Amino acid sequence: MAEQILLKNIDVPGLASYEVYRKLGGYSSVEKALKNYTPDQVTSEVTKSGLRGRGGAGFPAGMKWGFIDKKTNNPRYFVCNFDESEPGTFKDRHIGQLNPHQLIEGMILGSYALGARTSYIYIRGELFYVLRIIEKAIAEAYKNGFLGENIKGSGYSLDLYCQPGAGAYICGEETALLESLEGKRGNPRIKPPFPAVVGLYGCPTVVNNVETIAALPWIINNGGEAYSAIGIGNSKGTKLISACGHINKPGIYEIELGLPVEEFIYSDEYCGGIRHDHTLKAVVAGGSSVPILPAHLILKTAEGKPRLMSYESLSEGGFQSGTMLGSGGFIVMDETTCIVKNLLTFAKFYHHESCGQCSPCREGTGWMEKILHRIESGHGTMKDIDLLVDISKHIEGNTICPLGDAAAWPVASAIRHFREEFEEHVKLQKCPF
Amino acid sequence: MPLLKVTIDNIEVEVEAGTTIMNAARKIGGSVVPPAMCYYSKLEGSGGYCRTCLVKVSQGSFKDNRPMPKLVASCRTPVQDGMVVQNRTSPEVMDNRRAITEFLLINHPLDCPVCDQAGECHLQDLSYEHGLEETRTEEDRRTFDPIDIGDLIKLHMNRCILCYRCVKVADQITDNRVHGVLGRGDHSEISTLIQKAVDNDFSGNMIDVCPVGALTDKTFRFKSRVWFTRPFDAHRECAKCCGKTVLWMKGEEILRVTGRKDQYGELEEFICNDCRFHHKETTDWIVEGPRKIERHSVISQNHYEKLDIPENGEESE
Ligand SMILES: Cc1cc2nc3c(=O)[nH]c(=O)nc-3n(C[C@H](O)[C@H](O)[C@H](O)COP(=O)(O)O)c2cc1C
Ligand code: SF4
Ligand code: SF4
Ligand code: SF4
Ligand code: FES
Repeated sequence: MAEQILLKNIDVPGLASYEVYRKLGGYSSVEKALKNYTPDQVTSEVTKSGLRGRGGAGFPAGMKWGFIDKKTNNPRYFVCNFDESEPGTFKDRHIGQLNPHQLIEGMILGSYALGARTSYIYIRGELFYVLRIIEKAIAEAYKNGFLGENIKGSGYSLDLYCQPGAGAYICGEETALLESLEGKRGNPRIKPPFPAVVGLYGCPTVVNNVETIAALPWIINNGGEAYSAIGIGNSKGTKLISACGHINKPGIYEIELGLPVEEFIYSDEYCGGIRHDHTLKAVVAGGSSVPILPAHLILKTAEGKPRLMSYESLSEGGFQSGTMLGSGGFIVMDETTCIVKNLLTFAKFYHHESCGQCSPCREGTGWMEKILHRIESGHGTMKDIDLLVDISKHIEGNTICPLGDAAAWPVASAIRHFREEFEEHVKLQKCPF
Repeated sequence: MPLLKVTIDNIEVEVEAGTTIMNAARKIGGSVVPPAMCYYSKLEGSGGYCRTCLVKVSQGSFKDNRPMPKLVASCRTPVQDGMVVQNRTSPEVMDNRRAITEFLLINHPLDCPVCDQAGECHLQDLSYEHGLEETRTEEDRRTFDPIDIGDLIKLHMNRCILCYRCVKVADQITDNRVHGVLGRGDHSEISTLIQKAVDNDFSGNMIDVCPVGALTDKTFRFKSRVWFTRPFDAHRECAKCCGKTVLWMKGEEILRVTGRKDQYGELEEFICNDCRFHHKETTDWIVEGPRKIERHSVISQNHYEKLDIPENGEESE
């Protein structure tokens, strides 16, 4: 079993309470950092660890912190992205609900490193019950001197707030999140400037994912080098994978990056194989936005190498034959799945969640959904299939934020790998499943 | 400050640091200027939404001569020294502009025959120059009922392209914004907050900045097609605004008063509602003379020029 950095104590009863968490060694990294490390030393440990953002893009966390503008006299902010709404992704909730203090501990470390005096956890509106758990934990942290004025006599002070959104996927895009946090409509901003220079209330800001932040205490306790010894290549450490679909054991697994995909799907330690001895048809490996891959390409690369659960291996072959690790939402489909219908579900989602600012995404997402609906219900034509490809190509890369790409990639990849299935819908004038 | 050198469609121009590609192109003028459906030089933070102005940066700068990986919105991208930009010379740009035009049209009613904007509509110009000849959609379009927002402005949400210009006008030149974008995606709409009337000394400028027939002047509605009216520059002494306007006349009658627009359809100066809506007698005005409308749409003698679109090279995926 892989080293458990994030889920080690997750099954301990009462972990969400300060007493239990503290007894298991909680908050020791804050004591260590405040006593022994300057803020820049904390950043340098994180850089050494090779930790990459777990929100989807995989951007190196230490490097992102390094971009923050420390020359202005403006306040700086550290913000946790807890908007988790990507279909297939349900890992952050697990941490927030069962181990909120680990997130808070990470928030203190990040805030200290960046010199933030006020920090926010932005949580999606539907997770109101998790918000309550986090707020209780924040209150406990204040009571025990880990938040507020002069933390543990170090002279460092921090206020931490948990703010719910109103339930919009787009508010997970970091600049839309900042707009929403400021009380405005959650429209992504046009970049540049990037948040590290102009972020929350116009001040330098770093936004990180829940899982990224929850890994910080371990890194400070054990050192960046220890973290970077785990994993493979440029994929360091462990990653939470939320596995769902037609597998025997859906759930949330902490894997060491570099685990073979085949082992992840078939071993009893993880997904436990395909349900009822069905066969694997396709996998969406990193949340609904990443390209879908058929069984043979998810288990092995086009060159026949075993595919690994890592940033590099999953993207090997580009979009022609590869995909992305994304947020770690691992959706498995067996041979009973209709790819067209699955794609229609995704398309509906992106249409519904587009903020509507830029025309390719606002208009294109709805158009693709309508065409897919037509094909799935038996009224499609062969031309519709090419039209879908054409629309997706003209959304991709032409929009303000990556939601446009996220809507286009699933369509392009499903047709790339499963074109015959679309054609069959057209020929039969109905869904063959 | 030294000037920056930028090349657009093989034409070189020097501009100050901070200038966008769009404004550098406007400095050159003519066909190198990308079409703008949402950018408005007088409105801060405008642009970036419609994506019709996407261009290709084939060299980032003298220092970093790599191309930019994606097309960029020329209205929001500052030039760098030594940047090389392709607008009409890039088949990729023209192909994507065609696609963007199509996106703007798939939910558009195209009811030009009954639309007051016809003849001075930027979307008509854009579709003529960049659109496909045939529609590829067979889906139902989204529809809204037309509503009055106040006594003077009519909103046809069906025709709105969500350029955000009217929102920025209300934010930046009126003292209180009571309308905005509600909802999300292609079901979002311009709306007033709970049936409030837009009633403000400068609200009428929303009509002039609207690139389409979504916001129209209720005092002019259906009085005449614009091409049957004659525009005259005129002015009056006004305590609230510059008082410089265009009178749209039929015979001796003033059918409509608007601000003066430049060649990009942008107002030279904003005008107040008093001038716009409440001074329709010729005695109210000192007429300066006929106004030359520098737009290429039907308003100037039905004269369009179809752009030469370079042959599409097959794009590699
Ligand atoms: C449409 C969209 C939705 C996103 N949703 C989330 C989200 O729910 N949670 C998240 O952490 N990142 C999300 N992201 C990525 C964020 O913009 C940002 O990259 C991330 O929060 C950075 O944190 P990280 O570097 O720790 O991964 C989303 C991005 C887009 C374009
Ligand atoms: S890509 Fe979609 S979600 Fe992103 S800004 Fe444009 S319309 Fe909004
Ligand atoms: S807004 Fe323009 S394109 Fe649309 S109906 Fe009116 S004139 Fe025609
Ligand atoms: S009403 Fe007109 S100005 Fe306002 S957003 Fe729509 S198209 Fe733009
Ligand atoms: S004019 Fe540049 S995006 Fe609209």
